[in-house]
Amino acid sequence: MSYYEPEDLKRFAEIGDFRKDLADKFFSYYGASTSTEGALTVREKALIGLAVAHAKECPYCIDAFTTKCLEAGADPDQMTEAVHVASAVGAATILVMGVQMRNAMKRSGV
Amino acid sequence: MSDTVKDLRVDTPAADNGAGFDFASVLEQHRLEINPVSIDTLQLNITRQCNQACTHCHMEASPNRTERMERPVIERCLEILSGDNRIKILDITGGAPELHPAFRELVERAVKSVKKVMVRHNLTVMFDDKNDAGVNKNSLMEFFTRNRVEVIASLPHYHEFFTDRQRGTGVFKISIAALQLLNRAGYGQEGSGLVLNLVYNPAGFFLPASQASLESDFRRELLNRHGVVFNHLLALTNMPINRFKGQLERSAAYPEYMSKLKDAFNPEAALNAMCRSQMSVDCHGRVYDCDFNQALGLQSILSVPVTVFNFSYDEFLKRRIVFGAHCFGCTAGSGSSCGGATT
Repeated sequence: MSYYEPEDLKRFAEIGDFRKDLADKFFSYYGASTSTEGALTVREKALIGLAVAHAKECPYCIDAFTTKCLEAGADPDQMTEAVHVASAVGAATILVMGVQMRNAMKRSGV
Repeated sequence: MSDTVKDLRVDTPAADNGAGFDFASVLEQHRLEINPVSIDTLQLNITRQCNQACTHCHMEASPNRTERMERPVIERCLEILSGDNRIKILDITGGAPELHPAFRELVERAVKSVKKVMVRHNLTVMFDDKNDAGVNKNSLMEFFTRNRVEVIASLPHYHEFFTDRQRGTGVFKISIAALQLLNRAGYGQEGSGLVLNLVYNPAGFFLPASQASLESDFRRELLNRHGVVFNHLLALTNMPINRFKGQLERSAAYPEYMSKLKDAFNPEAALNAMCRSQMSVDCHGRVYDCDFNQALGLQSILSVPVTVFNFSYDEFLKRRIVFGAHCFGCTAGSGSSCGGATT
């Protein structure tokens, strides 16, 4: 038993059972942002979504955006590269804190 | 009724409309009447034998299958083609149709009657040296070129991983070698008039991307990686029947896939469905609305089940098309047919 049941993703719309006005705004914004061609193609958006899903460690989003990438024609190399981008940026956010460490060292007279 | 026709009578199984996937009621909701309009294409499934056994194959073709179109059926089909110029295209499929001993004779005689002869070619058969039909790469290439057949070649993806997942390890590399040979013979080359179209279908339980975007990806990647050119890409949806249905069921993904197809129902794709303008014939001469109905044994029926032996063009247009849950596969998204997207 896990808190994350794949079937639960289909119940996402239930968030609109209360304050439907807010849910409607969210889903409209979500659809327009992720599923329509704009300055970015739907495939590029799907790959960004896949990277963010990994960065946020969201199993629902990983499921959804893996399918979205496949249905947008992404290939396994493109999808894997997107996950590497998320991974590298995630690592960078830790590593760049090393500058703070260096600052602290300097403040300590090192 | 002739004895031959009586022999071909079958108990047509009921189409699977259960579990909320009743195609006819969706047509009704959209007030759509999908009736036959013409027969532009005669599609012959001449053998279930194939040198491959792909995971998505709705015909469940494999090297172990032995069904082959019988001689009287071939003769009657050629008679139908030469007797009615309204049927403009012969589409020969299988299995691997090249493995039928009468394949070459069928093509050579048919090119005299119809505008276009298409062969659904799996690319690897020309490297199969175990067949008893004399198929090899040199003779097949010369044969295709001399008869100027349109080659419809299966290549599920430009990516080796996706293609081999679906068709077997090593298939991708052989397929590329075959495509390079076809290109060398002039196929897919601008101005040659030798048409090479590729067939894409998803490697798993998902819908195809837009045909135009996939075609552009295939064109770029196949040229850059392998120097391969082609005319057009046909994007097909995986049909939730037979072998692919089994795969869905083993993964407990059948209801989800069916819901995906149903939710993506496109009325325009329904209006352009291939069953309205073609007929499909099996090895025994039984006639169907499409290759998928053939795979399911859903024979076309007028007052009796239709066969090539009781076939009449005008009468055939009076039939009701046999629908089932699988028809959602042809009407999802941009639509799907043996000729690719339909919208």
